[in-house]
Amino acid sequence: MKPRAFTYIRPATITEAVDALSHYGERARVLAGGQSLMAMMNFRLVEVDALIDISRLAELSRIRVTDGALEVGAAVTQNQLLLSPELKSHVPLLAEMLPWVGHFQTRNRGTVCGSIAHADPSSEIPLALALLGGCVVLQSKRGTRTLSADQFQTGILSTARAPDEMIVAARFPANGKSGHAFRETSRRHGDFAIVGIAALKTGANTLRLGFGGVSSRPFISTLEGGNAKAVTDEIEKLVWQFDGYEDMHATSRMRRDLVRRMAPALIEEAFA
Amino acid sequence: MTTLKPGDLARIDLTLNGEAVSGHAEPRMLLADFLREKCGATGVHVGCEHGVCGCCTIVMNGVAVRSCLALAVQAEGAVIETVESLAPDGTLNAMQEAFRKHHALQCGFCTPGILMSLIDLLRRNPKPEREEIVHVVGGHLCRCTGYSNIIDAAMDAINGTAK
Ligand SMILES: Cc1cc2nc3c(=O)[nH]c(=O)nc-3n(C[C@@H](O)[C@H](O)[C@H](O)COP(=O)(O)OP(=O)(O)OC[C@H]3O[C@@H](n4cnc5c(N)ncnc54)[C@H](O)[C@@H]3O)c2cc1C
Ligand code: FES
Ligand code: FES
Repeated sequence: MKPRAFTYIRPATITEAVDALSHYGERARVLAGGQSLMAMMNFRLVEVDALIDISRLAELSRIRVTDGALEVGAAVTQNQLLLSPELKSHVPLLAEMLPWVGHFQTRNRGTVCGSIAHADPSSEIPLALALLGGCVVLQSKRGTRTLSADQFQTGILSTARAPDEMIVAARFPANGKSGHAFRETSRRHGDFAIVGIAALKTGANTLRLGFGGVSSRPFISTLEGGNAKAVTDEIEKLVWQFDGYEDMHATSRMRRDLVRRMAPALIEEAFA
Repeated sequence: MTTLKPGDLARIDLTLNGEAVSGHAEPRMLLADFLREKCGATGVHVGCEHGVCGCCTIVMNGVAVRSCLALAVQAEGAVIETVESLAPDGTLNAMQEAFRKHHALQCGFCTPGILMSLIDLLRRNPKPEREEIVHVVGGHLCRCTGYSNIIDAAMDAINGTAK
């Protein structure tokens, strides 16, 4: 199908973009890579009066390292970030997760911040941001504010973004050389994850664990290392804290089972 | 700032397969439809219109993208390559020949998109491993071949090492 008619706006600066957003509010959407938005518009799941196309904004195309974090501008595509040398050296966990975001062909246009804005519960990038304790920089005509990943993503496709705000950047804290691991189960590489699990070593005997696809937003917890039995018990406690997210691809029971099967090896890898 | 109201016809100038072309489109027109209907590039196939099947894949500014998930107005000034660029004088290129030899197509609906994705891959990495080809072909749906012949054809064209 085709999208409904709308006004197309291509701002030349961030100021013009937020002016347009404040004018249209909820009746507009920011168009970044279009890899989720255009599909929803073609299917008329989303209908808008105006699209504000930020994909060519030079001000938003920067990747830089500031205050121990990798800051990714809102027009940076997933493949541009994958090719940047700063990614591997500063946030190797994200470097490992990005190739799982859709296909090479969708990563050529899909942006890092667009995935965070879209807030799909099984998406890899919001999971990485939440696990690393990163944040999102929002800008509107009223000013700028920074929200932690936890404050930003509130539920399935829902965020704390006000209608007149846009994401200008996301900041991923550098995890440098600390141990980490990522595993995902999907029907086929490139499809949305049924379950994705990421782990980050935070101390000699502690891990931060993040789960995608099991709750309405990334589920983050900590885990103490121990013998195999202790770890299995910990995982069993965790899976019953998930809020039971399910869809046509997998029941919540299947998701719990996948976590039981995937987590032990992942935990071992992150501690190694 | 560029603003186009619903129904406004914008003039779009772009480079298609090495030639300067132009046409008019309203904001809601998808790039895939623009290339087919206004530029005559009917090798751009439209299957699902939500980014999943890969039939509409083109090379835009050097990278493979879904033309059903972009707007025609976003292609202003772009350099676009479609399957028509591969055999300008009617002679198949090496990849197309390999597809033919390995029966890598049956109905051929998916083929233009797959060929354009492989172009992007080969420009980034002229000697990809089989696994990389599998990942790139994984971004396409083919209802006829079962994929093995497509991967064999690509391997043959690249290394002469089809299994
Ligand atoms: C075949 C296919 C497979 C996919 N598989 C996966 C997968 O496995 N994992 C995964 O995570 N994703 C997957 N995706 C979706 C992913 O590719 C999208 O890139 C991502 O979800 C959205 O990024 P975008 O830049 O394309 O945003 P858009 O599609 O342009 O926008 C998405 C939403 O975010 C809003 N938005 C975007 N940028 C901003 C901003 N700066 N400020 C405010 N709002 C903004 C838009 O208004 C819209 O509501 C897949 C997509 C396709 C087509
Ligand atoms: S028509 Fe574009 S991906 Fe299917
Ligand atoms: S050859 Fe028919 S869909 Fe691929």
